[in-house]
Amino acid sequence: MSKHTLSVMVENEPGVLSRVAGLFSGRGFNIYSLNVAPTLEKGVSLMTIVAEGDDSIIEQIVKQLRKLVPTIKVKDLTELHSVEREMVLLKVNAEDSKRAEILRIVDIFRCKVVDVSVDELTIEVTGDQGKISAIINLLTRFGIKEIARTGNVAMRRSMQIDL
Amino acid sequence: MKLTGAQILLKCLEEEGVDVMFGFPGGAVIDIYDEIPNSSVEHILVRHEQGAIHAADGYARATGRVGVCLVTSGPGATNTVTGIATAYADSIPVVIFTGQVPRALIGNDAFQEVDIVGITRPCTKHNYLVQDIEDLARTVKQAFYLARLGRPGPVLVDLPKDIQQQVAEFEYPDSVSMRSYKPTRKPHIGQIRKVVKLLKKAKRPLIYSGGGVITSGSHEDLTWLGQTLHIPVTSTLMGLGAFPGDDELFLGMLGMHGTYAANMAVNNCDLLLAVGARFDDRVTGKVDTFAPNATIVHIDVDPTSIQKNVSVHVPLVADCKPALASLKAETEGTLDEFDWAADHKPWVDMVQGWAKEHPLTYKDDSDSIKPQFVVEKIYEITKGDAIIATEVGQNQMWAAQFFKYTRPNTLLTSGGLGTMGYGFPAALGAQRAFPDKLVIDIAGDGSIQMCIQEMMTAVCNKLPVKIVILNNGYLGMVRQWQELFYDKNYCATCMDAQPDFVKLAEAYGAAGYRVTEKKDVEKTLREAFAVDKPVIVDIRVEKEENVYPMVPAGASLTEMLLV
Repeated sequence: MSKHTLSVMVENEPGVLSRVAGLFSGRGFNIYSLNVAPTLEKGVSLMTIVAEGDDSIIEQIVKQLRKLVPTIKVKDLTELHSVEREMVLLKVNAEDSKRAEILRIVDIFRCKVVDVSVDELTIEVTGDQGKISAIINLLTRFGIKEIARTGNVAMRRSMQIDL
Repeated sequence: MKLTGAQILLKCLEEEGVDVMFGFPGGAVIDIYDEIPNSSVEHILVRHEQGAIHAADGYARATGRVGVCLVTSGPGATNTVTGIATAYADSIPVVIFTGQVPRALIGNDAFQEVDIVGITRPCTKHNYLVQDIEDLARTVKQAFYLARLGRPGPVLVDLPKDIQQQVAEFEYPDSVSMRSYKPTRKPHIGQIRKVVKLLKKAKRPLIYSGGGVITSGSHEDLTWLGQTLHIPVTSTLMGLGAFPGDDELFLGMLGMHGTYAANMAVNNCDLLLAVGARFDDRVTGKVDTFAPNATIVHIDVDPTSIQKNVSVHVPLVADCKPALASLKAETEGTLDEFDWAADHKPWVDMVQGWAKEHPLTYKDDSDSIKPQFVVEKIYEITKGDAIIATEVGQNQMWAAQFFKYTRPNTLLTSGGLGTMGYGFPAALGAQRAFPDKLVIDIAGDGSIQMCIQEMMTAVCNKLPVKIVILNNGYLGMVRQWQELFYDKNYCATCMDAQPDFVKLAEAYGAAGYRVTEKKDVEKTLREAFAVDKPVIVDIRVEKEENVYPMVPAGASLTEMLLV
């Protein structure tokens, strides 16, 4: 089982999200995250789906997505050089004695503090899955009170260089 | 030309060449019904919406054209779901129009409102809720286009009542172009040549043909390939009729109730050429041991069917028709230099040896009427010239095993979903398409009761379908499983309490016959088939007869229980 990031371009018509989500639930496929928003082209949306499965499951997912009538294009970005980012908002306990340490972590990870109260900080983190996991791990010991994640957005890199 | 939505819909159907639709009215489609008398599209009133969708499906299977049904919102729409799923499972082109509450009430739990687009999303190829009268004609055009194109299937169009009443300029699009739906239809020539190379090398090739051959209209090229290259042919239930059932190279069905020869051939072939078939679990048995010695070539227009259940060595995404035509063109050139007949003779002899060793048979050793005997008699009497619809269960399997289908589109049966109640309304659809043909529904006493109310549709519309009930007083296939795998615990499968089917037929204005003696079977069938009205022939067959061969679920194809 491995995670694959799929970039799915779809016609932005009513029910298209439900068609895609229904495809996963109806066939027992796992969605790890799903992000959808309009593109520059009118009437077209881009979905970034992170799905889990072995090679044959991922192959079926890609084929089944392509089979949906509103699907324009499906790319498995895992096989390509791509940029992946996720944004997370974290509300962390931050009483005075801990605040400096939290701010140091925020600084090291190049995150932003977007809200402050007497005993809490809300931090905006943007990065790939590794960075997000790392900062969550580091901040867990202070007590994360709330978390909101966008799920991955991803894009194929312009230059596909073999390293 | 300014028209109402209801008028636009009917004009669209006329433009699509629809001559008949099957339906049931209601408040949400009353505007359409108001216009039907002004249209050239004939409407056949059924007695239950499930009948409407199955009839449209039967019409589509018998003609190869798109079947159409029209029903109201809410319960009318949900009553079609079984039929939609049936058509979806077997890739049948059907367009379903459902009424919907006015747009202003959608989402308000209005009277007879359901989210039918949501409900049918997993069992339609695509579906639409028309939200703007300006989209109506284009949507109908797309619905027919999608229903036919690539892997065919049911498409549902949900029509809010106020859209039917609004007025707009009618303009029917000449063509459809959908950038998001462009199935690969033509085969890759490199792959075709690879297949020809494999065919030349193979010593024990086998063609495994499915419903896709029939849907795509490629039966002639399939027959040419089998007969000219001397390759034995086996078929799925849905593929019966694509290759002549009376040809010596035809092995019959494979799989759970397939023939000994077909299952042994799959086990021993070195090349399996699967065409328009999807390796259903009823066909493969235990997947790990399916065709263990074969290189598998899979031709299918639906890429998701390839590599889904069985690992395939040569995938070929294409419509069966251009694919088989291309295979024919590529092999025609080999006929002078390559002696296909001589090369395949030892294999054909071996396969035919298996067929002789264990032919499809049954023990006809008592005075009771064997159901297989009845199906054989139907075949004899009709000389194979009939459209056979079936219900689901033992009757379906005997109809598949003991009637030889020599032409495509002559067996109408719910293969993928296994829908009891399918056969009779499907037969009505076929009879409407071919009024002069003999259309017979081979039924069980259990499944015929699921849509028996369509007898009134048959009588009213002078659709003289013949129902032959193989009446064993059981839900036979489930009883067979209970006998073989559940210590004969016949829980809830005994159907001893039955209506008097003869009186029931007569009550509807049809004809009814009952046969209890073997000697009367042929005579009664001949008489019934000659009657120019719908008929029920209630034949009391041996109660605990089983369908053999049988591969128990999950076993390998070679682990057959024989007669």
